[in-house]
Amino acid sequence: MSDLTSLTLAEARDAVRSKRLSSRELTEAHLAAMAAARPLNAFITETPDRALAMADRADARVARGEAGPLEGLPLGIKDLYCTEGVQTTAGSRILEGFVPPYESTVSSQLWRDGAVMLGKLNLDEFAMGSSNETSYFGPAVSPWRKPGSNAGLVPGGSSGGSAAAVAARLCLAATATDTGGSIRQPAAFTGTVGIKPTYGRCSRWGVVAFASSLDQAGPITRTVRDAAIMLGSMAGHDPKDSTSVDIAVPDYEAAVGASVAGKVIGIPREYRIDGMPAEIDALWAEGIAWLKAAGARVVDIALPHTKYALPAYYIVAPAEASSNLARYDGVRYGLRVPGRDIAEMYGNTRAAGFGAEVRRRIMIGTYVLSAGYYDAYYLKAQKIRTLVRRDFETAFADGVDAILTPATPSAAFGLGEKGGDDPIAMYLNDAFTVTVNMAGLPGLSVPAGLSADKLPLGLQLIGRPFEEETLFALAEVIARSAPAIDLPSAWWSATAPAAHR
Amino acid sequence: MATASDSKLIKGATGDWEIVVGMEIHAQVASRSKLFSGASTGFGAEPNSQVSFVDAAMPGMLPVINEFCVAQAVRTGLGLKAQINHRSVFDRKNYFYPDLPQGYQISQFKHPIVGEGEVLVDVTPERQIRVGIERLHLEQDAGKSTHDQSPNQSFVDLNRSGVALMEIVSRPDIRSADEAKAYVGKLRTILRYLGTCDGDMEKGSLRADVNVSVRRPGEPLGTRCEIKNVNSIRFIGQAVDTEARRQIGILEDGGVIQQETRLFDPGRGETRSMRSKEEAHDYRYFPDPDLLPLEFDQAYVDALAADLPELPDAKKARFVADYGLSPYDATVLVAERDLAAFYERAVAVGEGRDPKLVANWVTGDIAAYANAVGLPVHATEITPEQVAGLVDLIVDGTISGKIAKDVLALMVGEERGAAPRDIVERHGLRQVTDTGAIEAAVDAIMAANPDKVAQVQAKPTMLGWFVGQAMKATGGKANPQAVNAVLKGKLGI
Repeated sequence: MSDLTSLTLAEARDAVRSKRLSSRELTEAHLAAMAAARPLNAFITETPDRALAMADRADARVARGEAGPLEGLPLGIKDLYCTEGVQTTAGSRILEGFVPPYESTVSSQLWRDGAVMLGKLNLDEFAMGSSNETSYFGPAVSPWRKPGSNAGLVPGGSSGGSAAAVAARLCLAATATDTGGSIRQPAAFTGTVGIKPTYGRCSRWGVVAFASSLDQAGPITRTVRDAAIMLGSMAGHDPKDSTSVDIAVPDYEAAVGASVAGKVIGIPREYRIDGMPAEIDALWAEGIAWLKAAGARVVDIALPHTKYALPAYYIVAPAEASSNLARYDGVRYGLRVPGRDIAEMYGNTRAAGFGAEVRRRIMIGTYVLSAGYYDAYYLKAQKIRTLVRRDFETAFADGVDAILTPATPSAAFGLGEKGGDDPIAMYLNDAFTVTVNMAGLPGLSVPAGLSADKLPLGLQLIGRPFEEETLFALAEVIARSAPAIDLPSAWWSATAPAAHR
Repeated sequence: MATASDSKLIKGATGDWEIVVGMEIHAQVASRSKLFSGASTGFGAEPNSQVSFVDAAMPGMLPVINEFCVAQAVRTGLGLKAQINHRSVFDRKNYFYPDLPQGYQISQFKHPIVGEGEVLVDVTPERQIRVGIERLHLEQDAGKSTHDQSPNQSFVDLNRSGVALMEIVSRPDIRSADEAKAYVGKLRTILRYLGTCDGDMEKGSLRADVNVSVRRPGEPLGTRCEIKNVNSIRFIGQAVDTEARRQIGILEDGGVIQQETRLFDPGRGETRSMRSKEEAHDYRYFPDPDLLPLEFDQAYVDALAADLPELPDAKKARFVADYGLSPYDATVLVAERDLAAFYERAVAVGEGRDPKLVANWVTGDIAAYANAVGLPVHATEITPEQVAGLVDLIVDGTISGKIAKDVLALMVGEERGAAPRDIVERHGLRQVTDTGAIEAAVDAIMAANPDKVAQVQAKPTMLGWFVGQAMKATGGKANPQAVNAVLKGKLGI
């Protein structure tokens, strides 16, 4: 059965469609892998009964010749997506036990296309974190370890459960969300592919909001092709989200393997930051070489406001979050901790319901929006945001088709290693990714090599708005050029055989 | 056009004071669904029966602008002769309250949809003032909290949560309680003409926050207090006077006015402090990232402008010019669009009718009847066609004005729906113009009252007595002019 969980999404799709494999077999194999992988804590909620029922319906549709693009394919859903009738927590105590009576637009499109839901994936609380350690339900653990070490590593965050589950072959693919790097950083940490599409490409309706002007849905998968397939189902205009854009969804899969000859790749010097490990620099150089070898032209570009993006991000995102999270007040749903009066009930509920990082960001956000501070912080951050976006626009106007950068400043770190007393150390993880959210651009992280510690490293491709196809074509070149990265064997499972023993 | 006149000054113990008032009117947009959700806005439904997931601020829900509400705001802006902003921005106003599910109200702070305009206010039919409009913006209403149902629980009804409001902010151009009342009345009339707000203050469709300050004439503006949520025109007048007197009392005692928010208690006839400036919320306004800036072009505005109805000022001017009405009658008739339409229909049925006579009847006996039964004129059983018929009967001499009142009584009584001419025929109310019959009656009266005949020669005002007797003898149906003529001839006066 283990072979079934090692299939790519595309392989499984073709096998189900051609009736060589039933969705039920495929689903059962993944449910077994999930059961054996509980030490990874990738799922907050497993939905095996629902999964099998969906699988049987998928098999019936295949039998009737009505297979959809994702027919019968078992997926994990980040627990930030509201799923009708299934607990949706956002990784927070304040939403523990909350069962939405509605389905997010993006997940409903996956079910429309025939996919099967295995369960809800772990994440940093309200997607605030870069290691999945802020989850009220405990950290998700990376399937990766340093050779000869039993020390647990973080899978990255906030989509840590998604990345861990995909890398550990607990699902064929997963949904994720990205506000400052929450798809691309965990993908880089786990040797998986993650794409944050252009802002407005996927509907935010039914996805618990963190920072509305930055949040975007996207997939984490094991191959570039799988990411293209997933995005094809997730993307699309939604009249229920005023910020979603009415542009036809192209055939992303067709872009995988397309020629990149003549494409102009910008290399921004500002991403070569102080203290960056030499191996990251070396990886970047390799990426440049691979794209050149494929016929792309590489040019140096300047993105001069890059260094201001991270501090500005940590003003804009908490500001929006402080307002977005005001609705969790104990009045209508979720946790309520009583008090003598309404104000005390609010205080008790929110103090008990939100973890330390969420409380910190609510306080930062409240502060930067306060009278007397708004101009100095929020307004200035918005101006910086405009300048960051303009940097990219200038590069693209000069003929650059895509930009290549490292995805993260380092490989995965150990559980409990960062962020204790110094939140800034954790925030620096997002240095290469937040610029993309601030500018609303598509960004993709693709595995490109291993660190000295034999941990995966990723490269990031940044594209023009709504030109995700270019990123898929370039990422496929990198994936094919990079040395094969074998996903870790199943050390977490006493029973399940490893795929690459 | 009047400006601040001495008559509006308030006499204090230490001299005259001038009241300065500016108002923020919250007008509920007339629309079937809410500003950012499809839930119904119907009044009086079961609590929490008209609440969408968006209105309840469920996780992951997003607002989508109701385009009809945008059109209503633009139409209102046009009605206020205001600048229409082609680009406006929705902001979040953040505060915690159980009837505010999102923890913020979506409003427009820096960039409202409508900018400066003005309202021409008839303080009396003869005296008008201009009240400047600073801005109009769209925002969500909150839900409703109830605290008197249980000793230790409060209840929240979210039916109103998310309903569209227009906040209309005036300049501090109002100088008395009467002007304040007249301003709200005129604004209400304009909104009702436009159909953008039903103006029903009892249902809370129109609520006023009244900013009051006082100053010595000619001095700079004083410190103001805001009186929240006054919900009738009468109370607005009372609140202005009450608050102004309170402030004058403090100032004349050597005190200072603290800027604060106050509530008006009509039962006690006082305003009392709700929260001071120090306790004021920091709303942390910022642009709502869930909504794009609201943008439209001039063609959109032009199309809405082309569809506007005739507004009260224009209608009044036309009534004065075309129908020869007094400004007073015209003002009364245009106060409600339906009343004006009723009047114009009554004038226009058939031809050659005296518009002034019609106005007298509509604003007189017919308005009095409508008032007595508690209905607007157009909603009573009286039709404009009946009014036209009644006036025609008076003009052509078929009945007298006095008999017309009897016909009107029948029209709203046993002869409901009947044409006045038919009523007159059935009840034999046609006035007697046959001089033979009148002469006979007069002869009989003179024969029976020789003393009176003698007296009237010396004292011609006695004629009235003879007229009365003659009318009585003919059952009130004799034409008064004919009676007069016959009497004068026979009595030789």
